[in-house]
Amino acid sequence: MATAHATTGHDTPADAAAGHAEGQQHPIKLYMVVWGWLFILSAASYAVDYFHVQGYLRWTLILIFMTLKAGLIVAVFMHMAWERLALSYAILVPPVLVLVFVAMMVIESEYTHWLRVFFFAGGG
Amino acid sequence: MNDSTLTTMEPAATAGAVARPEGWRGFAADWSSDQRAFKGVSWGKAMMWIFLLSDTFIFGCFLLSYMTARMSTTVAWPNPSEVFALHIGGQDVPLILIAIMTFVLISSSGTMAMAVNFGYRRDRVKTAVLMLITAIFGATFVGMQAFEWTKLISEGARPWENPWGAAQFGSSFFMITGFHGTHVTIGVIFLLIVARKVWRGDYDRGTRGFFTSRKGHYEIVEITGLYWHFVDLVWVFIFAFFYLW
Repeated sequence: MATAHATTGHDTPADAAAGHAEGQQHPIKLYMVVWGWLFILSAASYAVDYFHVQGYLRWTLILIFMTLKAGLIVAVFMHMAWERLALSYAILVPPVLVLVFVAMMVIESEYTHWLRVFFFAGGG
Repeated sequence: MNDSTLTTMEPAATAGAVARPEGWRGFAADWSSDQRAFKGVSWGKAMMWIFLLSDTFIFGCFLLSYMTARMSTTVAWPNPSEVFALHIGGQDVPLILIAIMTFVLISSSGTMAMAVNFGYRRDRVKTAVLMLITAIFGATFVGMQAFEWTKLISEGARPWENPWGAAQFGSSFFMITGFHGTHVTIGVIFLLIVARKVWRGDYDRGTRGFFTSRKGHYEIVEITGLYWHFVDLVWVFIFAFFYLW
């Protein structure tokens, strides 16, 4: 990142007063661009529903727009792109492991669904 | 990060000492050193991130239980596109309220990001005003959610039943959106507290107190921002999985 360099939180007010960049300083334009993209991606998500896109295409589009939006928010608005990897991995890796939990619960709910169809067909 | 960035990062630390490695080597070095792992990150910011990680698991579990309920029920799941439609100008517009709520929350994230920027420039007035606008967007969101809840409750939606299909829809809806709305509400209060302190100049003077850094840093604005962007982030997932899926 050559354009927007981040400094750490070590600076004293004296440093800042001396014109030293403090904290997460990035151009306002960058935030505006990300803001615009979040609007576009949200509109695209909404369009998927509005135009009744169905099936795998619907789920794929929803997931793509969701991932891009989440990525932009975390990377730029929350400044994760400029943090040291020690923090980034500590925060970003654990949620990915939730996918294991998701896989387990998909198997579990399919089994529950099968039980309900088999034993209580037509019931709740 | 290139080398020139590294040298500008910490002039004092790099003057006599060996520069810390970047990338994977830096990750390994930071975590294996007999020091604090998060190096330049202050405790306040690190703790907010760790709190947000815990909150991620909470919302993750909510969405997971919703997924489990929806996948395992034999009764048809209500179509959110129709349930959340509004009757405008003689026709039903699908999900329109949710779309507007999404744009309101995204806009609040934009103003918050700019508030953080002006905070680090020590521009007291602009920071406070932008935080206030963020809080107003947040309050608008909560207001629209109250409208959404009122409409659904008047149509017969309850945590244990609803007129459109699987009963679990009600419990999932009130649990997930209710918890998110609570987060937004807390965020609005948090924003107003910090905005008032910024406006008064507490961070210029280094006034001690609740949510006030001792050294007179504006970093609390960024920490508040982290919480606020997280609320927006959670909504991205709720919007995708609950309203669109």
